[in-house]
Amino acid sequence: MSLDAVLDVIAAACLVVGALLSLAAGVALVRFPDLLTRMHAAAKPQVLGLLLVLLGCALRLRTGVDITTLVLVGVFQLATAPVAAHMVGRAGYPHEYIRTDLLLTDELAAHLDRLAGDQKDSAHA
Amino acid sequence: MSADQMTPAPPADPPKPRLTRAARRRNRIIAMTGLTAIWVLLWGTHFWANVISGLVVVAILLAVFPLPPVTFAGRIHPLPMLRFWLRFLQDLVIASIQIAWLALRPAGGQARSAIIAVPLRVNTDLNLTLTAEALTLVPGSLILEADRSTGTLFVHVINLRNREELEEFRRGVYALEARIVSALGSPDELRRIRENPPAPSDLEGASR
Repeated sequence: MSLDAVLDVIAAACLVVGALLSLAAGVALVRFPDLLTRMHAAAKPQVLGLLLVLLGCALRLRTGVDITTLVLVGVFQLATAPVAAHMVGRAGYPHEYIRTDLLLTDELAAHLDRLAGDQKDSAHA
Repeated sequence: MSADQMTPAPPADPPKPRLTRAARRRNRIIAMTGLTAIWVLLWGTHFWANVISGLVVVAILLAVFPLPPVTFAGRIHPLPMLRFWLRFLQDLVIASIQIAWLALRPAGGQARSAIIAVPLRVNTDLNLTLTAEALTLVPGSLILEADRSTGTLFVHVINLRNREELEEFRRGVYALEARIVSALGSPDELRRIRENPPAPSDLEGASR
């Protein structure tokens, strides 16, 4: 088997596995009990799935211009997915979207007022 | 930060010093390098021409839209950096498989979760940000809130069975912080990590 064929097979495997992980993330969004657990699904398998798809594309395309763009997509995905999860989670936190009956402990509740005060302070500063 | 006095700071945390001129220049050089690298990667061709045009564009950008100062006091340590990335990629794979399994398994007992507060030992914006980002991508955790004044991360943990697993997880967060700091911390930050082994758990006693 030539090198090209080997790379193509690896690329295909990456694409399929990446797609399956994204599918699993989608299923998790439907099946998980509340907002925060769903954000886990949106953060982890989705990111790895996308990275694998990018890797598959890079192995298939094999040109410098495309690969640099794919690297950027991957880097920004790693940097922004946690931020998105954080923002959505924080926006939903003190409300009814979160099943508090499933929580073993909640160490944020005690700090909520102080944190809200801090944010007001820094907004004024 | 006017609210600093309201809360006890974590141990061995000196007040944040004002930036010196040298530190500001260093920050600006790092920002320029990073933004130019993005510019070059976006184009992907004509390396030197894009480095030069990138530097010009970035200089204008930074003059018009100055970035908030994020101080990078340390330097990159290659070996710990490599160790961090290898462990991080491994964790990302494990995390994805874990979530995929939780999603696809036949309906089992419902896993519990928890929200815990983890006061980091090195309270810098950079360390807070990087630890929070990495935490979201490693198994079990999701960043929910970050408190800059005390350097505390509030983390949502999924798939727990009992308290022991929770405490084990807390130690995992400190280990992750230690890996990040040893990858790009300053000598002072490294010392703070070494001298403060993971704090005893249940600091605030804020259980439900």
